[in-house]
Amino acid sequence: MTQSSNYYHDKITLRLVQFSVIWAVLAMTAGVYISAELVWPTIDFGQFWLSFGRLRPLHTNGVIFGFGVSALMATAFYSVQRTSHVPLFAPRLAWFCCYAWQLIVLLGGLSLLAGWNSSKEYAELEWPFDIAIAIVWVCFGIVFFGTIATRKIKPIYISNWFYGALIIVIAMLHIVNSLAMPVSIDKSYSLYAGAQDAVVQWWYGHNAVGFLLTGGFLGMIYYFLPKHAERPIWSYRLSVVAFWAFVYSYIWAGPHHLHYNSIPEWVQSLGMAMSVILLAPSWATMINGIMTVSTAWEKLRSDPALKFIVLSLAFYGLATFEGPMMSIRSVNVISHFTDWTIGHVHSGALGWNAMVTYGTFYFMIPRLVDRELYSVRLANIHFWLALAGTMLYVMAMWAAGVSQGLLWLSVDQIGELSFDFKDIMASMTPYYLLRLVAGLIFLGGTVLMAYNLYMTVRGRETARVTVPAVDPAYGVGA
Amino acid sequence: MNGLTIHRKIEEHTGLLIFGILIVSAIGGLVQLLPVLNQESLETATSNTRPYTAAQLTGRDIYIREGCSVCHSQQVRPLIAELERYGPYSRAGEFVYDRPFLWGSKRTGPDLHRLGGKYSDDWHRIHLLDPRAVVAESIMPAYPWLDKRSAKETGNITAKFIALRRLGHPYSDEDISGAEAELEGLTEMDALIAYLQVLGTGLSGEDEGAAL
Repeated sequence: MTQSSNYYHDKITLRLVQFSVIWAVLAMTAGVYISAELVWPTIDFGQFWLSFGRLRPLHTNGVIFGFGVSALMATAFYSVQRTSHVPLFAPRLAWFCCYAWQLIVLLGGLSLLAGWNSSKEYAELEWPFDIAIAIVWVCFGIVFFGTIATRKIKPIYISNWFYGALIIVIAMLHIVNSLAMPVSIDKSYSLYAGAQDAVVQWWYGHNAVGFLLTGGFLGMIYYFLPKHAERPIWSYRLSVVAFWAFVYSYIWAGPHHLHYNSIPEWVQSLGMAMSVILLAPSWATMINGIMTVSTAWEKLRSDPALKFIVLSLAFYGLATFEGPMMSIRSVNVISHFTDWTIGHVHSGALGWNAMVTYGTFYFMIPRLVDRELYSVRLANIHFWLALAGTMLYVMAMWAAGVSQGLLWLSVDQIGELSFDFKDIMASMTPYYLLRLVAGLIFLGGTVLMAYNLYMTVRGRETARVTVPAVDPAYGVGA
Repeated sequence: MNGLTIHRKIEEHTGLLIFGILIVSAIGGLVQLLPVLNQESLETATSNTRPYTAAQLTGRDIYIREGCSVCHSQQVRPLIAELERYGPYSRAGEFVYDRPFLWGSKRTGPDLHRLGGKYSDDWHRIHLLDPRAVVAESIMPAYPWLDKRSAKETGNITAKFIALRRLGHPYSDEDISGAEAELEGLTEMDALIAYLQVLGTGLSGEDEGAAL
């Protein structure tokens, strides 16, 4: 064994966190801007690249693939080394993943502004980017599974299963859904048409949420929550059951995005039934997490990072309850096509994904540079801003969405429509304004964190962490 | 061997874990996708559904480029209020030439599937250039650049027709050789309006229960 391989490769993690924070600020700013466009529609100033239809995919792709995936790569690389007791497999390939991914997000974002758009939700990037994504993703898999394959600890820790599921299932979804006939560099036609394309797209769309925004971030929870609470996972057996139930049942849930649409009814009903079942593995994981911190509540008083992570579990529980409810056809008839969906997505994306990531960054960054967090006070302020922003956002969208759903469907005693579409639309302005304020509050908190982390890292080198000796009871040879 | 022993094998073996995840996660997709992808009725056009003309296809690609489907659905659900507001509910056979589908997931603005023929071309032109000139409450963006660009700049229409024919759309050799000429003199605005006017016109009395 050479000298250099006795240290964990943590510089990659730090760099990925830096990119992740930059994308968070940029993509959330885009989100705030388009929410303002819904209140003042002329603030695109007739510029095509400021137009709502182009900025919206920039916002979603920036958050999911810029902020989200960079954070997932960072934490996967950090935790897989520590749970395997070996440095990263193929560190150069890991560096390639890091920078190639940022290039995809940057150029992909610009291509969306230029109007290169396949229009498939959360898969808007055109075919050249789809190929690049597939290549980087395979490299990510090689680094990750290579590290596990060369591990010194016999069992593969549970967090790695979730990261593993993220890598494998997203690859499968991405490749199948992106199959298309290229016409030119900026244009392709989907291999599937009409109703069939819809079913394939929502198989992808729902499970991008499932395996990236849920599975990947659960990997984060399973490593960082016990580490932070200094308690082992409450029930390893429950995590085993919940994992396989999660991997099996999530994939069926896509068709609940197509209730009452022109696809076979059995597909809708099956999707609905499996979505309701999905509540069980989702909550099993939440309960496992909450029980893990249950003897460490006093830490919440002094530790903003743990506060973020515990709160994220609460929002995870909320969103994974709301989702199955919205997938029931008689509820979906009201919620579908409304702002309720937008609220649901954000209770997940802000309350769950962003908060667990923020908590993890506050935990990980001081350790990466071996220096205390610059300001615990700022982190506490950030916590309350994040909570207030998320709550206001979700409540505004609940009110807007339920109103839309009910008013659209309302008919009077002789069966005539009770309301004009444009009157219902016009009545949304106060909610859209509240949502804009909510977004600004949340973005403000994120900017505070960026400053706080910058001041923590400034002038510091990544700390060198030696791979510890392996307890013989758990060693590969045991 | 009980369940936990089997599982211990998986959790100590990288290859088994990868294989296990792949198999378990693939089942649901196979059960749902394979029958749907092989269901002929989902690929059978309704009586008036035709492959898009050069202008309509160009218009559709502009609709995609501008992200119209972010705020407008193209899917009328079989519900009383929707039939009254928009017209007959959407049939799978009306979308067989739609690559990709554009049903959308959000109605910030109204559904557009039955838009074809509802308003004049002039109304659409004014509306796309200045939405609030015709609908005071509108929060739709304006699209002033569509009027200034030629429909030929949107993309290579001949290559598009060839690509779609490869995917099974029934374009004849004459359709393909004449595609470029059809766009002669048209702006992107004209092409987009041509697309909007053909939306939802695929049903006729020959289709079972077409009135609904």
